[in-house]
Amino acid sequence: MSRLSTEHLLGIKYITENDIHTLLDTAASFKEVINRPIKKVPSLRDVTVANVFFENSTRTRLSFELAEKRLSADVVNFSASGSSVSKGETLTDTVNNILAMKVDMVVMRHQNPGACVFLANELKKYPKSAHARVVNAGDGTHEHPTQALLDAFSIRDHFGRIEGLNVLIVGDIMHSRVALSNIYCLQKLGANVKLCGPATLIPRHIETLGVEVEYDLHKALQWCDVANVLRIQLERQDIKYFPSLREYAMQYGINRQVLDRLGKQITIMHPGPINRGVELDGDIADSEHSIILEQVENGVAVRMAVLYCLASVKE
Amino acid sequence: MNQEQKTLLEGKGLELVLQRLCLELKENYGDFANCALVGLQPRGSLLSASLHRRLEQMTGHRILHGKLDITFFRDDFRRGDDILKPNTTSIDFLVENKNVVLIDDVLYTGRSVRAGFDALMAFGRPAKVELLTLIDRRYTRHIPIEANYCGKAVDTHAGQKVLLEWDASQTNLEKVTLFTREA
Repeated sequence: MSRLSTEHLLGIKYITENDIHTLLDTAASFKEVINRPIKKVPSLRDVTVANVFFENSTRTRLSFELAEKRLSADVVNFSASGSSVSKGETLTDTVNNILAMKVDMVVMRHQNPGACVFLANELKKYPKSAHARVVNAGDGTHEHPTQALLDAFSIRDHFGRIEGLNVLIVGDIMHSRVALSNIYCLQKLGANVKLCGPATLIPRHIETLGVEVEYDLHKALQWCDVANVLRIQLERQDIKYFPSLREYAMQYGINRQVLDRLGKQITIMHPGPINRGVELDGDIADSEHSIILEQVENGVAVRMAVLYCLASVKE
Repeated sequence: MNQEQKTLLEGKGLELVLQRLCLELKENYGDFANCALVGLQPRGSLLSASLHRRLEQMTGHRILHGKLDITFFRDDFRRGDDILKPNTTSIDFLVENKNVVLIDDVLYTGRSVRAGFDALMAFGRPAKVELLTLIDRRYTRHIPIEANYCGKAVDTHAGQKVLLEWDASQTNLEKVTLFTREA
C-alpha cells in the first residue's frame, strides 16, 4: 500500500480518491480489531497525540481519544477554556508549545474556517514543529473530513458500494462543515449528491461544486437511496434564517408520515447531535431505517485508520 | 533482474511432506478437541487452510481454524516509506485455554511469528502455542524462535527468497522454489 498523497488531513478537498480508498480499506481492518475481545493494537505506541479543541465536542473528541488509545498512542487533551488562549496566546504559539513537549500529531477543532490549513502552513516555518501531522477535527463551517470518511465508510458498509448511489444531504447546508466534506468525499467516490433545505440555508453558487439543489423534501427523498440529515446549527446563525423551529420541522423534518408517503425504503444517517422532533423524529432515528449508531461505531475505526496512515511514514 | 531458481519441493515429495506434517499433528492432538489451527496472513493462512482440509478428512472431526493478520503488531511500523497494508483476521472462536498451532509458510527472521504471538493474545490466553512451518530457513533468525513442526529445513542467505506456488484456486500447493538473485 503506497503512502497517502498528503502529510496532514486538513480536508477531503486536499486528498485524492486513492487516499480515500486507502483510508476506508484500512478502517475495515480496524473495525474488525475493535470488535475483538481485546480491542487494542500496539501500532502507535511511540506516538504522542494532542487533542486540541478550541470548540465544544462530545462524539468527535471521544471517538478520537478512543481511536488513539486503541492504537496505544499517548494522548494529551487540551481545551481552550481555562488555557492560556484566554490570556491572549496565539494559535501558533499554543500549538508550538504543545509540540515542544515532543508531540507527534495534533488533532484540532477550531471555530474558524481554515484554521487547520493555517496551522499546517505555520508549522512548516518552525524546524522543531515541522514533523508534526495535523488532523482536522472540524474547522468552523469549512470541513470535517473524518465525519465525511466515516459517513462514506458507513454507506459502503451498508450498501457494499458508493459509486452510483443517490445521496441526499438535508438541512442547514450553509453552516455545516459536514455537508461540504461529504460533498467532496461522495463525489470523489462516484456518488450522486443532492442538497435539500430552506433556500436561506443553501449557500449561493453551491451548484458549482457539481451538486443539485431540491427545495421540495418529498421529491428529494424520492430520488435518494440515503438521506444524511443535518442539525440546524443555531449557534452559528447570527440572524433568523427561518420563522421558527416548528415551521422548519413541518417543512423539512423527517418523520414516519413523510417516509410512509415515499413508498420505498431509504437509509437515514445523521452526524449527531440530533435535535429529536426538529430535523428528525425520535422513532425514525431509532428505527430500522437508521444507521446512526453504526456511524458512531465506524467513527472510531475510521479515525484509527486516519491516525495509522498519517503516522505510518517516519520523517 | 536475473534470478536463479531451485525447486525445493514438488509432486510426490511435497505430498509426502504435507502428509507427514498432518500425521505429526494428529499424533500430538488426536481428535483435535481442544486444538485450533491458526494461519498467519496472507501466505501462512493458505497453508493452514490446506492442512486443515487434510486433517478434517483424515480424522473425520471438525477442527477449529482461523486466519490471523499481524500487520498492527509488526515491529517495522513507521520505518519504511509505505503504509503497511493490513489483511483480514477471521477467528470466530476464543483461544483461551486452547492448544494453538500457529502456521506460516516460511520461517526466516522470526519477526512475523513474534508479531503473530502478540496478535494471537488479543483472542485470549492459550494453554499452549506451537509453531508449524513448511520451510525453515536455518541460521537466519533475528529472534530466538524455532518451529515445533517443520516440512523442510534449508540453508539460505539474505539474497535468496522462498516462494510457494499455489494453483489458480489457491487450494492446492504445487511447488516450493528457492530464488537466488544473481549479482
